[in-house]
Amino acid sequence: MNVSYYPGCSLEGTAIDYAASIGSIASLLDLTLTELEDWNCCGATAAHSINHDLSLALPARNLGLAAAAGRDVVVPCALCFNRLKVAEKALKGPQGTELGIDYPGGIKIWDLLDYLTQDAYLKELGPKVVRPLAGLKAVGYYGCMVARPPAVTDKKDAENPQNLERLLTVLGAEPLDWSFQTDCCGAGLAVARPDIIDTLVQRLYERALRTGADCLVVSCQMCQANLDMPQKRISEKFGRDYYLPVFYFTELMGLALGHPDVKQWLAGHLVDPVPLLEKIGVGF
Amino acid sequence: MPTTVTEPLEPSFALAERLAGLTSVSACYQCKKCSAGCPLTFAMDFHPDQVIRLALLGQETQVLGCRTIWVCSSCETCTTRCPNHIDIAGVMDWLKEAAIKSGQASPQPQVTCFHQSFLDTVRLAGGRLSEPLLLGLYQWRRGGTLEKFKSGALMADLRMAWELARRRRLVPRLPQRLQGVEEIKAMFKKSHPSETQEKP
Repeated sequence: MNVSYYPGCSLEGTAIDYAASIGSIASLLDLTLTELEDWNCCGATAAHSINHDLSLALPARNLGLAAAAGRDVVVPCALCFNRLKVAEKALKGPQGTELGIDYPGGIKIWDLLDYLTQDAYLKELGPKVVRPLAGLKAVGYYGCMVARPPAVTDKKDAENPQNLERLLTVLGAEPLDWSFQTDCCGAGLAVARPDIIDTLVQRLYERALRTGADCLVVSCQMCQANLDMPQKRISEKFGRDYYLPVFYFTELMGLALGHPDVKQWLAGHLVDPVPLLEKIGVGF
Repeated sequence: MPTTVTEPLEPSFALAERLAGLTSVSACYQCKKCSAGCPLTFAMDFHPDQVIRLALLGQETQVLGCRTIWVCSSCETCTTRCPNHIDIAGVMDWLKEAAIKSGQASPQPQVTCFHQSFLDTVRLAGGRLSEPLLLGLYQWRRGGTLEKFKSGALMADLRMAWELARRRRLVPRLPQRLQGVEEIKAMFKKSHPSETQEKP
């Protein structure tokens, strides 16, 4: 299968480990991710917060590029996915022509997790698992922007998505049921109001631990950053020694499928997942 | 910013009419489902349902000057759950942009500055975000470096930057220059808020 790929800016920067795991997983699944040539920033939270025109114009240009490439486009970043969907709706809407982009449609914008958890892929994955993640008690944590609002994302299960859980089951892990899989981590407030992140994320840690989880599994690099980077700071602030590694779902796919680069990806984390993997006996 | 309104209100529908192109705030029947599900209420001065109510009543000064619109993380829970399909998170965005255009001082200058620095970085870098440039620009504009140094926050930031840098996740280099850089420039020029056109 050959699809267009829109990585988004952070996958060239702080989420370079996520990008590496995605590329490797794709090759294991015979999926060709062709990066959209000359893609630009989607404008992210900044544009939709303070510059409505840019918040449509920037992602619309990317859709123009994607339409010209003529293939479905897969997006690993939750917010980029959301902004491309918003622009798609705008381009198809009454004021669409004002954006000056030729977008005939006919292509689908996919969130990476949704793409890789289609039934066909899950079926294909099962027999490829060489290192089942037995004993890995995990809670799934979906990025807000992948699902909400459903009028934009076209998701039917925005309040209770389950595809991460389905994937974890195929990989041999033990996904736990909890009610906070789509609660916000504070997202783009990380730099300007880190105190808000601390409050929101500490609640999530507590809830994950109460559920019995050893780790969190995410499909959004902003969630990964907010759950992983400040864990030490939050531990100090709240006087509790939190240890909850935060995996990208693609890293766990790589681990279960026996990809040789897993160690490299995990070395990018601030909370080292190796002690947890050693404890449950998943070596690599 | 008081969280309760003590003066009798002079309702005006001018603001609701301006918002009408986006969403219908007059559809609100104050069920407060938005506020019940909002994860950020602890950091807000008005709850989301109060912002919608005040917008409907035309209390422009209050809604444009409140902290709520800036600490909203745009998680879209309110918009998703509103039984009357009011785009509440969209209203928060609209109010932020209107607040900047009105020229009044932001009650959350650090958040406003971050958004402005983000867009300026994308423009300066030619179409893609450079995270190191954004962090540098934001810190420089925010100022208060001495206080940050004294409180230890600066050292904590630098330590984090080092942790990321040694993992090759924060590399001081500019993103690839796009072929479409002129298109991007034109988009920035065409979009209205004067703030993002300001030279940093």
